[in-house]
Amino acid sequence: MVKSDFGYNSKIEGEVIVTRADAVVNWVRSNSVWPMPMGLACCAIELMAAGGSRFDISRFGMEVMRFSPRQADCMIVAGTVTYKMAEVVRRIYDQMAEPKWVVAMGACASTGGMYRSYATLQGVDNIVPVDIYISGCPPRPEALLDGMMLLQEKIRNEGGSLRRTFRGRTVETKIVS
Amino acid sequence: MDAAVLIQRFPSARVLPSQDMPTVEIPAADLLAAVRFLRDEQSFDLLADLCGVEWKDRSTRFGVVIHLLSTTQREYVRLHVPALGDCVPSVSSLHPGANWHEREAFDMFGITFTGHPDPRRILMWDSYPYHPLRKDFPLAGIEVPLPAADVAEVTGQTVEPAPMMGGPFVSLGGHFSEGEPSALDQSWNEEKPKA
Repeated sequence: MVKSDFGYNSKIEGEVIVTRADAVVNWVRSNSVWPMPMGLACCAIELMAAGGSRFDISRFGMEVMRFSPRQADCMIVAGTVTYKMAEVVRRIYDQMAEPKWVVAMGACASTGGMYRSYATLQGVDNIVPVDIYISGCPPRPEALLDGMMLLQEKIRNEGGSLRRTFRGRTVETKIVS
Repeated sequence: MDAAVLIQRFPSARVLPSQDMPTVEIPAADLLAAVRFLRDEQSFDLLADLCGVEWKDRSTRFGVVIHLLSTTQREYVRLHVPALGDCVPSVSSLHPGANWHEREAFDMFGITFTGHPDPRRILMWDSYPYHPLRKDFPLAGIEVPLPAADVAEVTGQTVEPAPMMGGPFVSLGGHFSEGEPSALDQSWNEEKPKA
């Protein structure tokens, strides 16, 4: 395939790439995910390992871990969410700026895991919309990296809409301060 | 130290059978004096543990078990304290380390520690209405509202009984243990959806 196949001559018209605005925006977003570590239990240790030099999450453009929700756009819920902590998780999620995504890391954050008890929320998707679930107890850092790359792929294919669905209905983000 | 020393000083106490360390049952009224005696005169200077107990085979339902350690004599003593009307005197004035232990015993069993400087729950949230380690409390939990009303309104979520089937401590059918943990709550599970 030669350049003339496109009916486009760069010597005359300059170096131009034609694309859709959504695709550019999504490409930018997916390569600069700023995660917020919501480390609640042992999964947080694996999350820290993923940030270290051996596994090096920065290879995928998401090394900027921010501990302030206002500077982050991806909450990684790593660990057991108790009912007492659920309120905090939801408030922190509300404080993150749109667009935002949530990764449920490990069995506890996804389903409550082995904690079938009076104290444990049975899955963080009961209080915040979750984009990616990562299995494992705890997942290895490679599993987290795989999940984050899946999240990147999801971001790249988003339709440009910021409306999100939660429990089958569209939700409007309500700031709880 | 021999348990007889304690019996001699506190005639209302009685020795309980034990395989490892001297074990004495002390009435709640004598608890503070006994702990002070053990700390000041018998060198039991470290409170190793304090926990709440629900007894099935004794006249009092609740009690507190205290382990004291002598760091100089290198020996332990165990005190059983039956609660008087669910009340036990707080020993946190003698051993400050008892503070959080007593808050946990209050949280989990509802034992009130009279004279405690900070008698709040420590694990569950303040408005939680139950004491989860009591034997009549199901491990799955009982439905109550979330602690934060605004979050509950946005999410529609409550504190709901956890599904038990297939979980830990649950055997499928057969005989269920009379003892701990009291996990058999099948209000909803994988076979029976939540109402």
